[in-house]
Amino acid sequence: MGAECNCNCQADSSKKIDELLSQYRGNPNGLIVVLAAIQQDNGYLPKDLMIRVAEELNVPLTDVYGVATFYTAFTLRPRGRNSINLCLGTACYVKGAPEVHDAIEKELKIKAGDTTEDRRFTFDVVRCLGACGIAPVMTVNGEVHPRMTAEKVSEVLSKYE
Amino acid sequence: MSITYQDLEEIRSKAKEKLAARLGKDPADEFKYHVLVCGGTGCHSSGCQAVADTMEKALNDEGLANSTKLIQTGCMGACQLGPVVMVYPGAYHYCNVQPEDIADIVNDHLKNDKFVERLCYRNGKGELQATMPEMDFFKKQHKIALRNCGLVDPVSLDEYVGMDGFAALSKALKEMKPQQVIDEVKNSGLRGRGGAGFPTGVKWQFMADQEADQKYVICNGDEGDPGAFMDNAVLTGDPYSVIEAMTLCGYATGASKGYAYIRLEYPLAIQNFKKALEVCREKGLLGEKILDSDFSFDIEIREGAGAFVCGEETALMASTEGKRGEPRPRPPFPAVSGLFGKPSNINNVETWANICPIVLKGADWYSGIGVGKSKGTKVFALAGMIANSGLVEVPMGTKLRDVVEEIGGGIPDGKKFKAAQTGGPSGGCIPAEHFDTSLDYENLASLGSIVGSGGLIITDEDTCMVDLAKFYLGFTQDESCGKCTPCRIGTKRMLEILNRISKGLGRDGDIELLEELAYMIKQSALCGLGQTSPNPILSTLKYYRDEYEAHIKDKTCPAGVCKIRGAKKATS
Repeated sequence: MGAECNCNCQADSSKKIDELLSQYRGNPNGLIVVLAAIQQDNGYLPKDLMIRVAEELNVPLTDVYGVATFYTAFTLRPRGRNSINLCLGTACYVKGAPEVHDAIEKELKIKAGDTTEDRRFTFDVVRCLGACGIAPVMTVNGEVHPRMTAEKVSEVLSKYE
Repeated sequence: MSITYQDLEEIRSKAKEKLAARLGKDPADEFKYHVLVCGGTGCHSSGCQAVADTMEKALNDEGLANSTKLIQTGCMGACQLGPVVMVYPGAYHYCNVQPEDIADIVNDHLKNDKFVERLCYRNGKGELQATMPEMDFFKKQHKIALRNCGLVDPVSLDEYVGMDGFAALSKALKEMKPQQVIDEVKNSGLRGRGGAGFPTGVKWQFMADQEADQKYVICNGDEGDPGAFMDNAVLTGDPYSVIEAMTLCGYATGASKGYAYIRLEYPLAIQNFKKALEVCREKGLLGEKILDSDFSFDIEIREGAGAFVCGEETALMASTEGKRGEPRPRPPFPAVSGLFGKPSNINNVETWANICPIVLKGADWYSGIGVGKSKGTKVFALAGMIANSGLVEVPMGTKLRDVVEEIGGGIPDGKKFKAAQTGGPSGGCIPAEHFDTSLDYENLASLGSIVGSGGLIITDEDTCMVDLAKFYLGFTQDESCGKCTPCRIGTKRMLEILNRISKGLGRDGDIELLEELAYMIKQSALCGLGQTSPNPILSTLKYYRDEYEAHIKDKTCPAGVCKIRGAKKATS
């Protein structure tokens, strides 16, 4: 999951999040729903907003942090402009996804789970996208690249700035 | 505006006419052709949207829009052949359709009544199998859970009703007592399709027997086993069947509120399910006094946030409450104290998809399918080294060989079948010597594997079983929630041992150490994730111990997969 963001960026909450916060005021059951909305809006969970969520939903901040670090959908750091997800589900695995994985790491000079320094790419590994028929599968910003090979990595990634 | 029984029957008779062309009858509506474009995840990923858009434009340009009905459906099953386009009447199944192929379908088929042979399926022997009923992939299938997937517009209530949708609910509300509904499910012999195989009706009875001011019905749509995607297909392709089944369960067990927990990685499923919920509320099929009866029920959707362990029922409920998805010890069982501390009944998506046909056609019909204590059908997600991967629904007791060779079309490139891995990271493998085994709960358990959620990964001679075990352990280790020690540390230790074995650094005694750890974790882990995590190791050790020994003693990987420094490729 990695360390939290240290860049002191100020993230404003949107109207949607304000509404959700008032809908779940004092109700800890809404924690994941609210965090998911914040993640979607900002691409990560800014510290200030997590503190506000803790106060408004009446959840200890440690619990907010606990939930935020438990689920893979939540990140504490801003992500890259382009998000690569490589499927390492069984079907993709037996059809050569590990080689694609190594090729991406080599190309971007980062490990899975990390973001490149220029924030151009974040590279994550996912477990089964449910598209086993076209394995190995890689998605970039949700765009699907079926039947990936190590050789195709460079060319596919060059399309994303 | 709440609809009544009569309204429902009127919608049904009209909808049946409109569906006639797709049900093997003469078209009874204004359309000469129905063109169905598969919008399942597999086809979506291979570009079906562009195909559907091109088709829509072509129909408009050619002035065929009034005589051809264009529908985007859920998963049709043959994911390997996607994007798939089907043309009814006749159920012509066009494979790997690209936007540039649309002109031929429009000109030849829709204008001149001649099907496009080059886009049709040919089996391994090169024989043409142009229509769905002719295709080997579909011939031996028996669709119950997937009955509507790929045949209807997933979010159209009319089409669902036309396929006998909400007939089970209206039958139950009109003429059955709650206990009769439970008895029907009990007698059908249906068992949980999520993996554990617990009798569904018995579970319902536990909950019905509880006295409480509030009970909950939960749909487990957190399908996480890598290689399994049938729940995705049902939620995306036939969301109403899950909604109707959950409502039936609410009526049978005395619950008025449902939660559908769907994993975040399935955005299409969430989208279609949400839309279906809205339509049901609008028509009064959810909400107060459903179909003018005294029964009220509503469903709320909960999106998962990416944690495999949330497929475990107590973890799923914790997650629904907004907490970390960590399991807790049972008892108390969810039927006594579940979501928000209230009695709760949780079933898997595929289990839900079987409920309505059972209530409608009766327990005897359902229990007449299958073998022994494994009744009905099971959907398998066939993938890996197989010619036709996709979703396959077969009666319990179908032979593995039939699924691989006849439905799946065998192993490509003339390679040899090595093993089938069933049940994902909780399961085990079935080696070639048991190729004729029957796929059912008892039989797979006796071979050291499980039916599980229905992942069926085929491996060929180029697959290293140590590497495969390592893959699954890497998965469970990664997904272990960390609450209990045996799972958190035990899986880590087992993975370390597998890692060194696969690098050629294995030591004498490593196999025994793996076995000792495996049995200990099985006995002591808190939940199903941990308890079943050693299965891939135990089962590969059972059948492929020699491969482990080759890695450890001879420092070679017989399949040539593991990168062992200085290793010679084995000659065997």
